[in-house]
Amino acid sequence: MARSTTADATVRKKIELTILLAPALVLFVGFVLLPIVIAAYYSLFNWTGYGPLSDFVGMRNYTFAFGDPVFVQAIEHTLILTVLALVVQGPLSLGIALLLNRKFRGRGFLRLIIFAPYVLPPAVTAVMWSLMLYPGGFVDQLLKSVGLGGLIQEWLANLHIVLYTNFVVLTWQYIGFGIVLLLAGLQGIPVELKEAAAIDGATPWQVTRRVTIPLLAPTIRIWVFITVIGSLQVFDVVWILTGGGPANASTTMATYMFLDGFRSLEFGYGTAIAVILFAFCFVFSLVYQRFALRRDTAGALTRAVG
Amino acid sequence: MTALSARLPARRDRYTILPLTYLVAIVILGVTIVPLLFVFVDGFRTTGDISNSPTGLPHPWVWANYGSILTTAPFWEFLGNSALIATVATVLAVAFGSMAAFALSRYVFRCREALFTLFVSGLLFPIGVAALPLYLLLERVGLLDNQFGVALPEAAFALPMTMFILRPFMRAIPGELEDAAMVDGAGKLRFFVQILLPLAKPAMVTVTLLSFVTSWNQYLLPLLVFTTSSHFTLPLGVATYQSQYSQNTGAILAFTALAAVPALGVFMFAERYLVAGAAGAVKG
Repeated sequence: MARSTTADATVRKKIELTILLAPALVLFVGFVLLPIVIAAYYSLFNWTGYGPLSDFVGMRNYTFAFGDPVFVQAIEHTLILTVLALVVQGPLSLGIALLLNRKFRGRGFLRLIIFAPYVLPPAVTAVMWSLMLYPGGFVDQLLKSVGLGGLIQEWLANLHIVLYTNFVVLTWQYIGFGIVLLLAGLQGIPVELKEAAAIDGATPWQVTRRVTIPLLAPTIRIWVFITVIGSLQVFDVVWILTGGGPANASTTMATYMFLDGFRSLEFGYGTAIAVILFAFCFVFSLVYQRFALRRDTAGALTRAVG
Repeated sequence: MTALSARLPARRDRYTILPLTYLVAIVILGVTIVPLLFVFVDGFRTTGDISNSPTGLPHPWVWANYGSILTTAPFWEFLGNSALIATVATVLAVAFGSMAAFALSRYVFRCREALFTLFVSGLLFPIGVAALPLYLLLERVGLLDNQFGVALPEAAFALPMTMFILRPFMRAIPGELEDAAMVDGAGKLRFFVQILLPLAKPAMVTVTLLSFVTSWNQYLLPLLVFTTSSHFTLPLGVATYQSQYSQNTGAILAFTALAAVPALGVFMFAERYLVAGAAGAVKG
């Protein structure tokens, strides 16, 4: 009797677990894991989308990619955008978050406004900015009217500037996320700690530098992770704003994949680019997880069951 | 250090920093709002008016741009497609994600942690990276140029985030509640539907909104999958509209402004839940 109820319970648990887990697993394996496998396999072939996979080329798609100056440039651009995001958006978000963490009238409103661009479709952002940035357009006129006409550039046509124009637009879109994330982190820091430091004679700057920012480190580490993964795959804004041009001056890995893989119907080659892009994300995650995030997730992943 | 001198810098700080705070606040406000205002307001101008004076105000105010977009099919088609796709993706991601999160937080079984790690590892693999392989997969199963061909992958890619936020939340709900439900004769699934889900509502709202907004804003996958323009989503439609009517700046601005409305509308109503999502990411 007792044994059969235990057996019943075990069977029931198995059935329940199957019901609960199977749909998510099927969806996840089918549309997240399977494409990785497909990509890895197709990338070994020269395939243009029709007929069987017969032209096996081994690693040649990969060697060709790294031998193509345009792709190497695309990697450089992507890395420049990533590093810029970290060193420009990082301190900027942190500074603004620290300011917004003080109590002042209109703080809630400001926080609402600052977060708004983040939820806008990037395609809308890109079209919007492309209309503001054309020569003699809104941005140029605005600069002229405040006496900064000398700064005017061909924002989207100058080979040396176009990548940074893209970066400014990306910053406009995504900085709100960093600010809101860091603000949430700031609000989780107990006031007592800052008060204690102040009583011990620390100046406000010292409190920020020695107490607040170290305690914010886990939040900053998560922000770095999300920002790097997002920057590595940046596509929408760049594609709509410049198409990676002029003369490949603003190509990213993702726009290169779209143009040289999809548009030119080189699907085998395109999947090789996808695999390389994935490898960048994967290697970064592993290294970052190993050296920076481990402390943060250790508690979360080993916590006892409730 | 005496207590007095310790308090002093804090007080000075309060008075000198505030004007700076407002200055920075106004700059941020301007940089964020001006581009949005530009799009909405210049949607009321004719193209000639705009090119004569790019920074001017409408003179006169013209309703034709907005009017003609709102009275023709494409805008509403794009809107409908986006709504359909985002709804299907969100319902699937939240339903399947919450079920799996429940299993991974309230049952003890072998490979549980490995399974959770597998799901969450999806976070480092964004849909943009997978778009081209997904295209090949969808071609195989005959889902190209089909709304479900976009909605299903989007649901799948929303699962990691959904489970990442829901699992700690479900874990934190006390075991006594579950025991009490058992004593009252409820099975585990009934406990999930009738007690746990209502308790997890704040987290459920957050993941629902995050999935919806992510799907709504997606551009690359629809760009690959759709060839028929009546299937386009709103972001795809905006970009296409711009290249089609590149001479008619006023109309593009109006179209872009209208395309921004749903996102901004959802945002105004849901801001605090989205912020809660960001905060949830902090706490892990």
